[in-house]
Amino acid sequence: MLHPPHPAKPVCDASRKGDGAPLLTLSGISKSFPGVRALAGVSLSLYPGEVTALVGENGAGESTLVKILTGIHQPDQGEIRIAGKSVTLPTAHAAFENGITAIHQETVLFDHLTVAENIFLGHAPRTRFGTIDRRAMRANAREVLDTLGAGHIDPDAHLAELGIANKHLVAIARAMSIDARIVIMDEPTAALSTKEIEELFLLIEFLRSEGKAILFISHKFDEIYRIADRYTVFRDGQMVGEGVLADTTQGELVRMMVGREVDQIFPKRQPNIGEPLLTVAALSHPTEFEDISFELREGEILGFYGLVGAGRSELMQAIAGMTRPSRGSISLGGRNIAPKSSADAIRAGIVYVPEERGRQGIIIGLPIFQNVSLPSLARTSRSGLLRTAKEFRLTRTYTGRLDLRAASLSQDVGTLSGGNQQKVVIAKWLATEPRVIILDEPTKGIDIGSKAAVHAFMAELVAEGLSVVMVSSELPEILGMSDRVAVMREGRLVAIRDNDGLDPETLVKLAAGVTA
Amino acid sequence: MKALAKQREIWLLAAIALLVALVAVRFPAFARPQNLLTVFNDTSILIILALGQMAVILTRSIDLSMASNLAFTGMAVAMTNAAFPEIPVLFLLLMATVIGTVLGAFNGLLVWLLGIPPIVVTLGTLTVYRGATFVLSGGAWVNADQMSPGFIALPRAEFFGLPMLSWLGIAAITFFYVLMTRTALGRSIYAAGINPVASIYAGINVGRTQFIAFCLSGMMAGLSGYLWVSRYVIASVEVANGYELTIVAACVIGGISIAGGIGSVTGAVLGALFLGIIGNALPVIDISPFWQMAISGTAIILAVALNARGERPKGRIILRKAES
Amino acid sequence: MTSDTANTLQRIPDRLDTPFRNALFSWEMLLVIVALAIFIINSFASPYFLNAWSLSDLTFNFTEKGLIALAMALLIISGEIDLSVAAIIALASTMMGMAVQAGADTPLLVLIGVGVGLLCGAFNGLLVTRLGLPSIVVTIGTMSLFRGIAYIILGDEAYKGYPSSFAFFGQGYVWWVISFELVLFLAAAIVFWFLLHRTSFGRTVYAIGNNPVAAAFSGIRVERVKFILFCLTGLMAGIASVLLTSRLASTRPSIAYGYELEVITMVVLGGVAILGGAGSIPGVVLAAFIMGLVTFGLGLVNVPGIVMSIFTGLLLIVVIALPIIWNRIRHKSA
Repeated sequence: MLHPPHPAKPVCDASRKGDGAPLLTLSGISKSFPGVRALAGVSLSLYPGEVTALVGENGAGESTLVKILTGIHQPDQGEIRIAGKSVTLPTAHAAFENGITAIHQETVLFDHLTVAENIFLGHAPRTRFGTIDRRAMRANAREVLDTLGAGHIDPDAHLAELGIANKHLVAIARAMSIDARIVIMDEPTAALSTKEIEELFLLIEFLRSEGKAILFISHKFDEIYRIADRYTVFRDGQMVGEGVLADTTQGELVRMMVGREVDQIFPKRQPNIGEPLLTVAALSHPTEFEDISFELREGEILGFYGLVGAGRSELMQAIAGMTRPSRGSISLGGRNIAPKSSADAIRAGIVYVPEERGRQGIIIGLPIFQNVSLPSLARTSRSGLLRTAKEFRLTRTYTGRLDLRAASLSQDVGTLSGGNQQKVVIAKWLATEPRVIILDEPTKGIDIGSKAAVHAFMAELVAEGLSVVMVSSELPEILGMSDRVAVMREGRLVAIRDNDGLDPETLVKLAAGVTA
Repeated sequence: MKALAKQREIWLLAAIALLVALVAVRFPAFARPQNLLTVFNDTSILIILALGQMAVILTRSIDLSMASNLAFTGMAVAMTNAAFPEIPVLFLLLMATVIGTVLGAFNGLLVWLLGIPPIVVTLGTLTVYRGATFVLSGGAWVNADQMSPGFIALPRAEFFGLPMLSWLGIAAITFFYVLMTRTALGRSIYAAGINPVASIYAGINVGRTQFIAFCLSGMMAGLSGYLWVSRYVIASVEVANGYELTIVAACVIGGISIAGGIGSVTGAVLGALFLGIIGNALPVIDISPFWQMAISGTAIILAVALNARGERPKGRIILRKAES
Repeated sequence: MTSDTANTLQRIPDRLDTPFRNALFSWEMLLVIVALAIFIINSFASPYFLNAWSLSDLTFNFTEKGLIALAMALLIISGEIDLSVAAIIALASTMMGMAVQAGADTPLLVLIGVGVGLLCGAFNGLLVTRLGLPSIVVTIGTMSLFRGIAYIILGDEAYKGYPSSFAFFGQGYVWWVISFELVLFLAAAIVFWFLLHRTSFGRTVYAIGNNPVAAAFSGIRVERVKFILFCLTGLMAGIASVLLTSRLASTRPSIAYGYELEVITMVVLGGVAILGGAGSIPGVVLAAFIMGLVTFGLGLVNVPGIVMSIFTGLLLIVVIALPIIWNRIRHKSA
């Protein structure tokens, strides 16, 4: 494939990417798992000193590709070339020796080891006796960290003591220390604050200037446009387009990703808001949030915006009975409730759809229908005896409304795609017939099609009089769906605004604590 | 969490000192250095075994077959000695180590290549190895008069005032200390236990690391097999029956987390010494040895309850005031 | 992309495979075949095997352990384990022995045996659920503690002199060759089958074993369910203690030594995932029969008990390993 000429981008000069010879090329890579074709003859090229963004809906094959590049999986077919030489990557160690390193969504390092040990795991400097030379290791770690402008990180600190942003720094230091030529970043910004993301981008620019070939996987277009030079788009395990980013628009990228125009992302609706239903007054927790008061009205969507770690999930979990607040009150329909467990909250009519789908939401190993009926077992059973027919009926009612795609309702929920799993999770809590549903990042990490289905369904729910609290860190979602927006910062509620001409800038400023 | 491990070790050391002091109040002879060296000598086998078990537990596994491995190896070398008294004892020591390693490797292979949970594998080999001991010996014992004098003398031979058994214990401690803190293998063992997924990405073969850990525990069990039969001058099918749980107990008391990744050589040694001191102190203060079992049970429960307090993850602190 | 735009609600079927088809290719079916094979081998190996009294004797090999295995199966499915069950038998038996010395009669003895078992189980359950400790370590500790108390009380003595009416539980027959132990085991199997497979309590056990965090978010009182399971396991160990003490008509502190590992072997052989989340009662019952058949068959051809244990150990490993190897071969050839 011919590479179109590079546009004049201020940060990239011609000398850096003059010849256009790729450092890494994949061609015709295929990989199948029992029942699934994850990759079908994809190709990908990474260039030294350039950031290539890999774009695709969840499940389009990016994670399989990363696993092939890091030696975890073997391709069934296809060729991997590094600097023109054909290579195989039978083990993680082989990938490492070929100069490939990966920085993952949830940074995969070792909490109980020190920073220096993490950086040099597997290639520590040795003494004459073949044992690890700890002094040299510490000094080298110091040096690498200093190069990255991370002088504030102590090589002897345990990783567990660091925040996620600093863990990323350690991961990058590790990449530098093994002199990696190819750096894969798999959704590195997923758990970072805006400021930390900016710092990460500075580092990526540094790596780029060092001539590393970088593969940047993200679902966020603003990030991709901010940092990447090139793009490659995957859809359903196939490569559907690649090129220079400046030559394409966001709309074109989205079209390639989903194979159709997504013009109307958020459903239009006529809010029909009634009386206050849920009243939270001066709710406090010893360490996580303080003095939270708000009202949720019937048929309303109340958005909760804030930076990751502002205490929104913690607040919601307290309202839903998972943790106990230290002070304050919660009342539903004028009646004071003090849920001591999620069972209490569910019985009262408040359900919480948690953020971490895999860990808190679905139960992999159980079939779809048993997942859906789990919080409603009291209703689908009679004096403790299961009634399977009733469970299937309940499941069909709720998953049908969410347009679930599955082969059968007895299928293990773990075999579904992320988007369909999320539909099961939402169906499961809706089946309890709640009055208030709290959705924590309801569309995090799911594909655009499923996102739209979830949004449309939320609109239907409130039209039926259900009240929704939606915690989201995505501004378009907050602005597109909410009737009112509450903003939290460092465990405190800083503002509640009507979503009427509300602009994103105001919200970001409130969330980040920028005055004026 | 090394700081945490250190803290645990200090507490355990304090508990041991308190224990010795309490006994010494009534029987000052107990705290005399010569007696403490005897206690150490008596505990050496448990220390060696606990170190092997530690390596396995750190990789999120468990080896329940160590005592059976010990019995089989002990029987094998004792029978060889009885049949061919002219074979040098050092060769028998080597033979015990090799047999033990092979039995450990069998556990390790099943865990590594077939991915069977370690507790299932070693539960199986626990009975298989002890049954094999019976098949090997036909149920017969090997007594003192069948063993050669050299066979019995080795652990008792004194160098610089310490019996060989103690020196072997010290050697094992040194070996494991260097292994766990100064080598890439030791680092891999910790890494595999702390975060197996991350280990794979870091180029560590978790299965192979577990395999090596099982070889180490097997090696220690084999070595202890010879030491046990020569020290107690008897080899029978019943040797060290049920001892696998004492070994695990020493590790647990020593602060080695059963969930893997947390623990140290010092901890394992102190845990074994704690049990050894109790065993030695009971007859001195005239308490029936039948109390030993209940006391170590209580110690295990207390140790795990205290350790769990430190391990519990602290919630993210969001409110600024709570941090200060 | 017509399939996407056509927003027709296609009906998702409840099931793809019929329950019959599922049963045909299940672990339980494999166990049935293994059991039949061993049964046939046994009847060829010894002329004394196919005899009503022989077969009746056979059942004593597994009824006591099997009773505990039923409750242990639920506990392991929920992701916990109890290694102290044999020690509970010893402690309960010792307490019954003490009561006999004090002149207790049969009903009181049963009450004490069952009650001590329940209390021990509750103690385990409290340590695991209240203090949040790993059950494998807690029960290694209580295993030493419970049996240790039995040793403190008994030393190397033994309690004897159980009343003759007490002998019925371990030695009595309900009808012809059908022993009380067998009837009790089968009745308990039905109760546990019902509890695990037909009640919402059973469903929550599976949910907790597969994902305790999501189960808690779903409104399940995880700690309470686990506590109940520990109590049930202790209770069954108490019942087993009554049966075993009655059968042996004596109590030594070493009673039921090593039973915990046989019980767990039974449960795992029965197809319960040792890491929790999967398993069935019919599987455990079949595994109990298989282990009884193996030990009894080997006994008939004069293989000593300790050698039999090689077979149970190998059986455990082979039964777990075979499906793994089989899957590997199938995937390689595919």
